[in-house]
Amino acid sequence: MNEFLLIFRRDFITKEAQPSPEELQQHLQQWQNWFGSLAAQDKLARPLQRWDGQGKLVNSKGTTDGPFVEIKESIGGLIIIKAKDYDEAAEIAQGCPVLNFGGNVEIRMAV
Amino acid sequence: MEHQELLPNLFRTEYQKIVSVLCSLFGIQHIEIAEDIVSDTFLTASETWSIKGIPENPTAWLYTAAKNKTKNYLKRNNVFETKIATEIKHSTPLNNPEIDIDLSDQNIADSQLAMIFTVCNPCNSEEAQIALALNLLCGFGINEISDAFLSNKEVIYKRINRAKEKLKEENIKIQNPSNSEIKDRIQTVLKTIYLLYSEGYYSISQNTTLRKDLCTEAMRLTYLLIQNESTNLPQTNALMALMCFHSSRFDARTGLNGEIILYEDQDQSLWNQELIDRGTYFLSQSSTGNTLSKYHLEAGIAYWHTIKKDTIKKWENILELYNNLIILEYSPIVALNRTYALSKVKGKKEAIKEAEKLNLTDNHFYYSLLGNLYSEIDSKKALQHFETALGLAKTVSDKNVISRNIEQLQ
Repeated sequence: MNEFLLIFRRDFITKEAQPSPEELQQHLQQWQNWFGSLAAQDKLARPLQRWDGQGKLVNSKGTTDGPFVEIKESIGGLIIIKAKDYDEAAEIAQGCPVLNFGGNVEIRMAV
Repeated sequence: MEHQELLPNLFRTEYQKIVSVLCSLFGIQHIEIAEDIVSDTFLTASETWSIKGIPENPTAWLYTAAKNKTKNYLKRNNVFETKIATEIKHSTPLNNPEIDIDLSDQNIADSQLAMIFTVCNPCNSEEAQIALALNLLCGFGINEISDAFLSNKEVIYKRINRAKEKLKEENIKIQNPSNSEIKDRIQTVLKTIYLLYSEGYYSISQNTTLRKDLCTEAMRLTYLLIQNESTNLPQTNALMALMCFHSSRFDARTGLNGEIILYEDQDQSLWNQELIDRGTYFLSQSSTGNTLSKYHLEAGIAYWHTIKKDTIKKWENILELYNNLIILEYSPIVALNRTYALSKVKGKKEAIKEAEKLNLTDNHFYYSLLGNLYSEIDSKKALQHFETALGLAKTVSDKNVISRNIEQLQ
């Protein structure tokens, strides 16, 4: 069994891309059920952690307020899961609710 | 009340109180002396009361007798004098010529709290903590404890003695925990009490009275923690609520021959409304601060189960609570229960997909769940799953439940 980092990104800036309050409510429930499902399969490698949405960005010129949006998507969250290989991790990520709002999931295997 | 009934009742309530006070006074190294003195007190009571009749205030009589026996013991026993008396003197004012054996309500409560934290010390295994708790905190004899554990007396006797030795080796102090100690250790204490409760609630022992006693004792200990300001924490109240809700169904969940009656088939009129109300009260008491313990989540689930009517709102809430619970701490049984709740919210087909990912292939509940989910979809598959479950089930009552499911399908 390997560990994989799953990073969820989506566009949190463009007005048209944002869910309505009802959609958001439903969306949160989808996230919760998805996490519940992963936990029920004992696939969570670490306790879930919430992350602040804004953050800071540091480079050689100094520190600026986040989020980092040179690409349109910014990080919504990340989790570490247990999976056999990249195929299984990708299959799990296919169920991620971030995809419903045009987001994506980046996967990295722990080595 | 005749003393044949009175004494065992007093033994149950007073034994551990006096033991706690004496243990706190003597320290962990002399725990057996405390137990001997209290046992001897009850023996004397039994002899005296059968000749002279029951005294006006039996409890006060016991306290006085215990005090006198302790004082006599201290005077008589030189070894004790030299060994313990010095220890005791540290904790009692120097100008006090006689050791004060304080059996006031306040000191009893303080001593019991100190004893709870001593008994639930993680230096002993959970199994040993439970046995020790039953013995020292609940006044259960070796016979009753071995009955509850379905184990033989020898094993239990050894387990308790080893646990006591361990406390001595580690030189665990019997003292009221400080607030920071409570914060660190309350989890272990609550866990042991909950295990003690579960031992009674889920035990396969046929002795219903004994099982109920275990549950009652666990609730009594939790109530003791609630009554003490420093341990009256949100999670303590949540655990109490959880136990009240569970206990409310105690009489409804077993039939005349001790067989398990599943939730759906229970006679609601046998549910104890008073306990449900108490549970609701403690649940509201638990919703302060910002800790959300697993007891909060479990109590929430148990609360929704006190409403028999199936509504989508009920199951959505239960699913949400199970999601949070499984995220907090993985356990196969929670994974299965969550999937059952999912079937109530999203339908059986969706739940089958989720269930098949769980892969709990050594667990008969897993196959029972699959059997249940397939029942109205594919009865052949349902039957296969129930038969696998039957092969894996170990206890008679589990096998009976599965057999009934198979009969219903055929």
